[in-house]
Amino acid sequence: MSAPTLVSIRNVSKRYQRGKQSVEVLQNLDLDIGQGEFIALMGPSGSGKTTLLNLIGGLDHPSTGEIRVGSERIDSLSDGKLAKWRARHVGFVFQFYNLMPMLSAERNVELPLLLTSLSSAQRKRNVAAALTVVGLADRARHKPSELSGGQAQRVAIARALVADPTLLVCDEPTGDLDRHTADEILGLLQALNREHGKTIVMVTHDPKAAEYASRQLHMDKGALIDAGAINAA
Amino acid sequence: MFKQIGAVTSMNVRGIPQRLGASLVIVIGIAVTVGVMVSVLAMAVGFDKTINSTGHADRAIVLRGGSVSELGSTISRDNTLTIMDAAGVRHGDDGKPVASAEALLIVGLPKKGEQSQANVTLRGVGPASFALRPEIHITEGRMFQPAVHELIVGRSAQGQFAGLSIGSKIALRDSEWTVVGVFDSDGDSHESELLADVETVLSAFRRNLYQSVVVQLENPDAFNAFKDALTTNPTLSVDVKRETDYYKSQAQQLNKLLNFLAYFVGSIMAIGAVFGALNAMYSAVAARGLEIATLRAIGFSSFSVVFSVLIEALALALAGGAIGAVFAWLFFNGNTVSTLGGNFTQVVFHLTVSPTLLITGIVWACLIGVIGGLFPAIRAARLPVAAALRAG
Ligand SMILES: Nc1ncnc2c1ncn2[C@@H]1O[C@H](COP(=O)(O)OP(=O)(O)OP(=O)(O)O)[C@@H](O)[C@H]1O
Ligand SMILES: [Mg+2]
Repeated sequence: MSAPTLVSIRNVSKRYQRGKQSVEVLQNLDLDIGQGEFIALMGPSGSGKTTLLNLIGGLDHPSTGEIRVGSERIDSLSDGKLAKWRARHVGFVFQFYNLMPMLSAERNVELPLLLTSLSSAQRKRNVAAALTVVGLADRARHKPSELSGGQAQRVAIARALVADPTLLVCDEPTGDLDRHTADEILGLLQALNREHGKTIVMVTHDPKAAEYASRQLHMDKGALIDAGAINAA
Repeated sequence: MFKQIGAVTSMNVRGIPQRLGASLVIVIGIAVTVGVMVSVLAMAVGFDKTINSTGHADRAIVLRGGSVSELGSTISRDNTLTIMDAAGVRHGDDGKPVASAEALLIVGLPKKGEQSQANVTLRGVGPASFALRPEIHITEGRMFQPAVHELIVGRSAQGQFAGLSIGSKIALRDSEWTVVGVFDSDGDSHESELLADVETVLSAFRRNLYQSVVVQLENPDAFNAFKDALTTNPTLSVDVKRETDYYKSQAQQLNKLLNFLAYFVGSIMAIGAVFGALNAMYSAVAARGLEIATLRAIGFSSFSVVFSVLIEALALALAGGAIGAVFAWLFFNGNTVSTLGGNFTQVVFHLTVSPTLLITGIVWACLIGVIGGLFPAIRAARLPVAAALRAG
């Protein structure tokens, strides 16, 4: 892997307090993700995939350890700073799309741009461009309830892209879609990775989905297991 | 920052129709609270206005020493003459003092549309009474004549009581009196009274004591001279009050009661409305938990979330407050109400929903909205993003 490192995780642990008990969900984890990689993160339910993804995406703080994204140490940022950092650097794609039901597709896509200093005309242009990339320019005015699952996920991907983030973070993006639609979405993610150079970290249960990625990581009980071996295979 | 808040707020507001039930709880709760409070306060304002417009600073009223109101006072004929001759009293072109020795009687009359009787003041007034009170105008019929059983009725009294049209005869004590005229009096409390010649009244009711003497002062500053002249006179034992002060003190008790009632009942209802709003906003925030978490994941600040929830609560409260205030105004402004006034007789007054009252009502609504929205807003903002996304 010759690409410069984008995400570097060093000795990261994450503990949750459950009543009086402390549960260690991630244990002394180390991971490097290169610029331009498309990572598929696999593993059984409860192995800590979402927890790790949330740490990479700056949605949560690790209990101990260091997380560096680009030049920034995000493990020590305050909540407010972390929110600003996310707005600039991360696009999120969720299993259930998480679109705002009241807003049209284009308004949904515009949301991240409201956190920038772009003018309304520039925002419109970027929204249109993002919707074109995901192939939904003709559905701009539709409400989420008027879209199919695959279309809704495309809108969500457009929303994740529109502010041109460094990193796309996707938690089971095809978990709610049929095979055919899932393949379309995965093809789209792959194109974003290959043609637009987006670094993508994707959690998935689906081995077929993982094949679209450039590297597969496997987790079990809060640890990564022989990632190198699988990558080489 | 404004774009963030604007976006979140407009989204929340667009969602209101979907949470119509919960939103209506807030709006209606606050509307009722504000409506009731404004209506009761309108009574206080109306009463205050009526009482305050009765009485002039350049007139004084004299009662027996220690009397709280005219009814509890008696003044002998000799003393009325001494009082009218005192320093500070204005004299008319005819050289006579502009003053009126007055007798008050309480008579029972049937209220319009009701079987029950209510007390009305029959005020016997002296010959100079209308020079003393230029605000009294005959609007219908004519002035009463002395020595015959004739009287004129105030506009408000005529509106409230049956059998007071011109030409009607009313039986008072053992004599029959004819209504010969109707008067208005700038909306003051005399409009709730019946007026007749004092000597005729005294003889008809077989009395020889007066209740009060009202005098026109040479000017408002002459009050102290007049008061000193009476209080230093050893043959008199009287209380002297500027007419404005007298009516104000008469109204104080009731005014306090009405204000207390408005704020007491209003506060209890407001507490209820706050809990209603809290409940509705908590559920509104809970229903939007995933939306809020998603926005925060995208990078929206927790402040914009707090602020937009507050604005939503405030908007609903404002709507409720406005509806309540407008209803109070539509239904009660100008409504006529009568109540026991200072002399245990009916004072008729109009509910007055003043602009100040409308603003008071809306300010209360906003307070309820802010309190009802603040805690849910803070909870929404404090929820850890990762956990909220998981819970959604
Ligand atoms: N806020 C929390 N408090 C306590 N325990 C938590 C919390 N969040 C996650 N966990 C626990 O951490 C473990 C890992 O959860 P995580 O969601 O990362 O797993 P996952 O690999 O994404 O599973 P799945 O495939 O089912 O999504 C689970 O046992 C979960 O119950
Ligand atoms: Mg998960």
